[in-house]
Amino acid sequence: MVEYVWPDREHTALLGKSHDKIDALAKCTGAAKYSYDIAPERLLLARALGCPLAHCKVKSIDTSAAENVKGVVAVRAMKKEGDEIFWEGDLIAVVAGESEGAVAEGLAAIKADYEPLDVFVNEADLSAAESAKRTAKSGGKVQLKKEPDDDDKDFEEKELARLFKEAAAVVEGHYGIQAITHMCLEPHGSTCDWNDGKLTAHLSTQNVSGTAGQFATPLKLTANDVTVHCDYIGGGFGSKFAADRWDVVAAQLSKDLGRPVKLMLDRDLELKNAGCRPSGFADVKIGADKDGLVTVWDSHHWSTGGWGGAPLPQDQVPYVLVPANFRRRVTNVKTNASPQRAWRAPNHPQACALSQTAVDDIAAKLGLDSYDVFMRNLANAPEARAATYAEEMKIAAKLMDWKSKWHPHGKGGKQGSVVSGLGMALHTWAGGGHGSSCLVKIHPDGGVEAFLGSQDLGTGTRTVIALVLAETFGLPLEAVKVNVGSSKFPASGPSGGSTTVGGVSESSRHAALDALDKLNKLVADKLQVPAENLVARDRRIFDKDHPDKGLSWKEACSLVGMNALEVTARGAPGPKSKLSSSGVGGVQMAEVAVDRETGIVRMKKFVTVQDMGMVINRKTAESQIFGAMIMGIAYALFEERILDPKTGKFVNAEVADYKLPRLGDIGELVVEIYEPDSERARGVIGLGEPPVIGPGAAISNAVCNALGVRVPVLPLTPKRVLDTLKARNA
Amino acid sequence: MKPFEYASPETEREALEFLSPEPGKTAVLAGGTDLIGLMSRLIVQPERVVSLAGIPSLRAIEVDARGLSIGSMMSLEDVAEHPATAAYPALRQAIGEISSQQLQSQGTLGGELCQRPRCWYFRSGEGLLAREGRSVVEGDNRYHAIFGNSGPAKFVCPSRLAPALIALGAAVRVIGPDVDNETIMPLEAFFRTPEDEHDREHALRGDQIVSHVLLPVARYKSASYEVRQGSGPDYPLAAAAAALAFHGGVVSEARIVLGQVAPTPWISREAIQAIVGCAVNEETAEAAGRAAASVATPLSHNEYKVQLAKVAVKRAILLAAGFESGGF
Repeated sequence: MVEYVWPDREHTALLGKSHDKIDALAKCTGAAKYSYDIAPERLLLARALGCPLAHCKVKSIDTSAAENVKGVVAVRAMKKEGDEIFWEGDLIAVVAGESEGAVAEGLAAIKADYEPLDVFVNEADLSAAESAKRTAKSGGKVQLKKEPDDDDKDFEEKELARLFKEAAAVVEGHYGIQAITHMCLEPHGSTCDWNDGKLTAHLSTQNVSGTAGQFATPLKLTANDVTVHCDYIGGGFGSKFAADRWDVVAAQLSKDLGRPVKLMLDRDLELKNAGCRPSGFADVKIGADKDGLVTVWDSHHWSTGGWGGAPLPQDQVPYVLVPANFRRRVTNVKTNASPQRAWRAPNHPQACALSQTAVDDIAAKLGLDSYDVFMRNLANAPEARAATYAEEMKIAAKLMDWKSKWHPHGKGGKQGSVVSGLGMALHTWAGGGHGSSCLVKIHPDGGVEAFLGSQDLGTGTRTVIALVLAETFGLPLEAVKVNVGSSKFPASGPSGGSTTVGGVSESSRHAALDALDKLNKLVADKLQVPAENLVARDRRIFDKDHPDKGLSWKEACSLVGMNALEVTARGAPGPKSKLSSSGVGGVQMAEVAVDRETGIVRMKKFVTVQDMGMVINRKTAESQIFGAMIMGIAYALFEERILDPKTGKFVNAEVADYKLPRLGDIGELVVEIYEPDSERARGVIGLGEPPVIGPGAAISNAVCNALGVRVPVLPLTPKRVLDTLKARNA
Repeated sequence: MKPFEYASPETEREALEFLSPEPGKTAVLAGGTDLIGLMSRLIVQPERVVSLAGIPSLRAIEVDARGLSIGSMMSLEDVAEHPATAAYPALRQAIGEISSQQLQSQGTLGGELCQRPRCWYFRSGEGLLAREGRSVVEGDNRYHAIFGNSGPAKFVCPSRLAPALIALGAAVRVIGPDVDNETIMPLEAFFRTPEDEHDREHALRGDQIVSHVLLPVARYKSASYEVRQGSGPDYPLAAAAAALAFHGGVVSEARIVLGQVAPTPWISREAIQAIVGCAVNEETAEAAGRAAASVATPLSHNEYKVQLAKVAVKRAILLAAGFESGGF
């Protein structure tokens, strides 16, 4: 009976240590082929035309002139007369041709006529949204400790009023966070190759196993005739789970024309169509006791998920620190922007930025140290996590040197026009493993390989699988070959929700242990030792009681016969699993400097202490956290989607205009993985998303601590900082 | 990008022969860091692109008693590293502020001056003036002009070297339509505020090129200061260059030019007036900044730039006089 567990800390050769990614060299040298790089012979290039208006009705689309452009092979309209268009850049037509120049001329020759309709994009202004009739109530929740009397109709208002009256401090604040895009370096798209009634789609995707069927249905195929392939992806962040409508057009064109067709979105159409994160704005009133423990919370938040997209839901506000008494109300604003897609830790960064800023404002109001107030408010954290947060806060404070750097809000020293400040935030995420199957092959010559219909987002999934197999078989990392990125391999879930590491480590450990069990039986027969005594270590399989009784890995593998030993196993994540678990959290502390004359915020130091159960590859785990911190600095200080307030045009839909931080803007990053035995015993849990949650609140709190005034809306650009300072001085 | 003819002349004369007087018909390719993007987005659609890369006379610095003559095709990096530019700190600092190795090594001096505005309405195909300026006035103008914006032009001049060069008294040598047609004009006269969509933001005709930038013998203490949110290649939010001459500890002559705040580089007569006759210190520099800002006419979303213009002037003056600028 195989027991599916991890070896303990002392008996691991590879797991938990730092390893380079096994595909690092291929990526650094350019040998790695991304979907964008795939260029079969006879390739046709295709590009799309975006609608210039943010809300309109199509009056006509005339593609005849485009079809006559030399070098244009086909034109496909994606909209028809009478269709309503709800955001600028929605795809109108696609042109396929022999060269980039021909396609550009073809696109320019398409004649489309539109009837303009009303545009609304400024969801930050709730009353404007109401006047434009673009709002809808979107739920909420009230939780009050005290029970109402039967006949008390105004209980909710009265009880909230009573709680606020009893509070030692009350803060009313406005907070916000603008919508951002995913800004994948590799845009969405595919190269589709139709051959003999079958489709191969080289799709830039986070969902290799799930997208074949999405091509098959519109092409009137069954999924067995579709292969989705993606070895390397240049960023997805939650926006690349589907075969998108433009991918299906590329596949259809390839089918119709009998040639491979490549359609990757232009940068501006990528930003306008392929995903964004919902904005969030909130009016918050909170009351706290004299030590800063929040006793009552009353908030109204609103946001937009674009046209038809989901807005920020009600369930994450207040975030992590949930007082016994709260009321939250939510309004959805419909704007003429493309629908949102999942963005790394969907909804958590916004919820954190709208709530933990308010908690920090309580500290400011009471003149208390924010650290002490957050520590006090762990009484409002989920019971199972509070002690871990407390430990993580202590470690983070030490790494930040918080206590010696701390000053009350707005009361720090000045160096000329520059002031400094500290801020912190807490976060949480599930990160349980997804369903995954793994095929392990042990070849008679000792070769080992794994096949999974999973994908490596660049985060090190291949290396994780290789580490699990190498550890299980007692082999060095380089002895294992990992095959991912094809829908023809055993299915794995989409890489979203930080579910991949749990999923693939479960399935590959299951398959490897099952395969080793079979191999051990052959070795046991050969050596006449009990199979349960055998261990695989240092390229050998041997009797643990008589280490001289054993075979080299190669000799052992020769016992499998003419063909490879093959085992396919499915992982079993869930409450009973000893390999993986769910539920992580962390603490982030930011130190910033702000130039009061220019409004520029500089990161000085940024600390993350993160728990994630058991670490498989320390290097890629830390790398994930570094990346999340940088992405967090980006949305806290730089990036936002800017829509023209009148026309709804996405005016900064270019890399040059969409502001992002560069290396010099990051400051010092410090990462500490919190992994005592109690955490390691929980098994593997995903951490791709959680460390991107807190930076908005932590950095906003640090800026508030520096300036002594809250800059309410992220990103904290010089304009917002100066406008805030000016309003305060007015 | 649409198909186009490509010409690679080897002399100035040949280059001019390839150019057409008809606006937009031909385009000059210098480093290409701006033109390529404009062509791929069909904002400009030249039928012929004339590369100046193969013309040796445009790639040299000459030094004589009058000062420097810098070929327009010299890379920014080569200009900054040439010993002869050491006497012009404002110029070197301005090149240093373009903190992109790619732009510094691929971008050229002439191209930097002739690059097109970054205005997002222009770059999305609404024309240089963006519907006679209406798109900007009604739209999101957070990065647009706060000076010289009463006409239809609301964009800001994108050049990051022009403020320094104008402060240092630079002129440009323009040639064309024939190689014998040479015009030397002060750089401030080269930049124009267009009044209608047919005008350009500079004095060049379609069949002319900037061949050289001429710098008089250095006689100022000078500095550039850019207000940049980040450390990357993003354009500054406001900038200023100051060139100061001193007599007896007070400023006897000043040239103060702002960047990124008006459709042309903006010479601030108010700041000059405020600082001339004063010793430079925090208070006088601040007063000059205030004077510069006093004539600002911000749009609906860019009032913060008035403060940034003020700070840029103050810090450029302090730096030019040899003090710390303040800030980070």
